[in-house]
Amino acid sequence: MAETMKLEIFRYHPEKDNEPTFQTYEVPFLEDWVILDAINYIKDEIDGTLSYRWSCQMGVCGSCGMMINGVPKLSCAVFLKDYYPDKIRVEPLTGFPVERDLIFQMDDFMTKLTEIQPYIIRNKDEEKPLDEGEYLQTPAELARFKPYSMCINCMLCYAACPVYALDSTFIGPAAIALGQRYNMDSRDHGRDARQELIASHEGIWECTFVGECSAVCPKDVDPAAAIQRAKVSSTIDWFKDVLIPWGKKK
Amino acid sequence: MGKKEMSTYHRPFPNTWWLKRKPYVLFMIRELTSVFVAGYCIFLLVFVYKLTQGADVYGNFIDALKSPSSVALHFIALAFVLYHTITWFNLTPKILVLYKGEERIPQGLVAGMFYAGWVVVSVIVALFVLGM
Amino acid sequence: MAKSNEPIWWSLFSAGGMVAAMILPVLIIITGILVPFGLVDDDPLNFERIYTALSQSYLIKLILFIVITLPLFHWAHRFRFTLVDVGLKSVSTLISILCYGGAIAGTIIAAIIFLRI
Repeated sequence: MAETMKLEIFRYHPEKDNEPTFQTYEVPFLEDWVILDAINYIKDEIDGTLSYRWSCQMGVCGSCGMMINGVPKLSCAVFLKDYYPDKIRVEPLTGFPVERDLIFQMDDFMTKLTEIQPYIIRNKDEEKPLDEGEYLQTPAELARFKPYSMCINCMLCYAACPVYALDSTFIGPAAIALGQRYNMDSRDHGRDARQELIASHEGIWECTFVGECSAVCPKDVDPAAAIQRAKVSSTIDWFKDVLIPWGKKK
Repeated sequence: MGKKEMSTYHRPFPNTWWLKRKPYVLFMIRELTSVFVAGYCIFLLVFVYKLTQGADVYGNFIDALKSPSSVALHFIALAFVLYHTITWFNLTPKILVLYKGEERIPQGLVAGMFYAGWVVVSVIVALFVLGM
Repeated sequence: MAKSNEPIWWSLFSAGGMVAAMILPVLIIITGILVPFGLVDDDPLNFERIYTALSQSYLIKLILFIVITLPLFHWAHRFRFTLVDVGLKSVSTLISILCYGGAIAGTIIAAIIFLRI
């Protein structure tokens, strides 16, 4: 008989269960299978009631994030062979309320993402008409924010963040990194508008630089660094305000 | 009937979360280095205080540095403070992001500059305190 | 949202962390290894020498004062958040008062001691 592997999966049915349980499934072990392949096999062949999110299967859509043995990962990007022959424990991303099985509620993140205004904001009087063409940018200007623009909103960084898990009022890694992505864009004028939220206590100041958000990021966005750099620039703002209170306040 | 509110399950997040994974344990050790940093600064403050109490009091204090407990405490403090120094310099390049044109100056190089500065400062302090 | 006063504590934390990282290891090696094990000649920490150095130079006094006090604020800020991170957020105001209060008290005591030299 071919080799098999065991997956221990978090199950929670909102209409039947008060408490989650773990259910163990035995799946074929294939060298080229990722964990998502094994979960798809369970759904198709063993238990159609298992619920989870997935889409692209190639690490760009950011929807298949799960806790794999306690570590947030994209389940389409981790191979079974890296765990074989041990049992793999699969849970929904930490820090979010669970809706059903591996599906967690992402409303909080979506709200925060909107609040951070992750888009280019121009000063009203500096908006040029469409027929004047694009706002040009040098490669050097692009390089300043490009790494932060790689975020796929997979929320692994939130699941890695103990500060967010302890208190979900914290804005969290991805949203702040995306705020910084636009703050550092030479075409953007929206920093002051974002700063109200970023420089608040719930913004950057709750972060204790655990650094795991950056360690688990599948796109090397380095949100931890983005947050620390926002602390530096917000501190400079603060001292400017205190030392030259009559200066540049609009 | 109106729309039924979906019941979600909120998993508990234990206060012992930092014991669960190695990176979290290392983080907690990094944070606790601050206790030894402050402890040694208080020791330095006592050192200066003893200095104000005259040569005899100060002399006894310096003699007590030779005691096994003082040496042991110094070794423990040194281990934690060195861990602070290393983690501090390794994280600094994440915050101090420097560019040369389009290219980011490698983090290792920025950290290396801090390590080099640390060696220079340490040698200067040692030469000064030891009066060589 | 209220404007945060965290920048003042964070900048003290950072400055103190840098001072501690740069200067404390060598000092610990001196007072914990070199002097007690007699690895340096002529008892460099003898009373006359240290007292003269400190009492005759405002610059040396100021440097030592900074080396002692800034890392206290580094501790205060870091330890405050360590306690919050292990689940004591409900008493975070009390923690802040004790931590920063401790560092401020240490600084005042240091100032009093240094003025006596």
